[in-house]
Amino acid sequence: MRRWLHPCRILLLACLLALAGAGFAQKRSWRPLANDGVHDPKSPAIGVLQEPAQALSQLPADTAGNYVRWVEAIEKGVIDPRTNIKPETQFRVRDDSIVVSKFGSMPAVTFPHRQHTLWLDCTNCHEKPFVSKAGANKLSMQKILDGEQCGLCHGAVAFPLTECNRCHNTSNASLQRARQTDAKR
Amino acid sequence: MRSVEAALALAVVAAGLLCAAGPAWGEYGDVILNRRSEANGVRPVVFPHWFHRIRFRCKVCHSELGFVMRAGANDVKMSDISEGRFCGMCHNGTVAWGPDRCDLCHSGLPGLKSGIVGGHGTSGPGRW
Repeated sequence: MRRWLHPCRILLLACLLALAGAGFAQKRSWRPLANDGVHDPKSPAIGVLQEPAQALSQLPADTAGNYVRWVEAIEKGVIDPRTNIKPETQFRVRDDSIVVSKFGSMPAVTFPHRQHTLWLDCTNCHEKPFVSKAGANKLSMQKILDGEQCGLCHGAVAFPLTECNRCHNTSNASLQRARQTDAKR
Repeated sequence: MRSVEAALALAVVAAGLLCAAGPAWGEYGDVILNRRSEANGVRPVVFPHWFHRIRFRCKVCHSELGFVMRAGANDVKMSDISEGRFCGMCHNGTVAWGPDRCDLCHSGLPGLKSGIVGGHGTSGPGRW
């Protein structure tokens, strides 16, 4: 038997191929406008409008959605989108985080106000769809999947709902321990 | 020798599957406006979220300009734009191209339905 054909070598090769393939699948790709299923390839706008790949490939990479980490893009100063058009508009950023959906079957959700208010105004979420009181909103994954609540943006223009752990990011056990520590005091 | 053949077959199958999968395309969240466009003899409008958010934060359009965050909920007419409302706040020939450049916005495939295009592996946003 030829030595290079040893099963271990071939398995190793298979693994390498699989890894390379996974890397290929992970490569950030954006359809050109003429082929995005939305623009008319015969439109005179093709060739004038900016191509997504040209703009988005310059921004911090994500692995899902439109392959851009938009908050990071602002934080790192890669982009600095305008905060207002009217001179009198106040740019409001809120720094706190709130923990919701505690003690369910999934880890709890720590919702950071800061990342959201870098993009959005308070009035975009309050008092509709969310009232401004932690714990007062009945969140439903079904509604979110239906494009309500967080699903108004997440899944359309913000990272998709397949990224469970980015929202469900807080261990219930750690919350339970903190609660017990507080009770002892 | 049988194990060699099996491993070879596995490698070929794995490589084939991965090549067939190809690249995963990024999603855009483009909004199509076609309530009136085609009825008036122009292509549907394609609004690209990605292009605008590089230059403006969400709050500019969704708070200052008054666009409700639901595709189909904003009944924008050409007269609004010419008079400086909605898109016309910027698309006035000063901040961005003016309403005389019809084809740059009215660039969609004929027959498209109004709504948001994109989505992901889940069933949402189902009501859009």
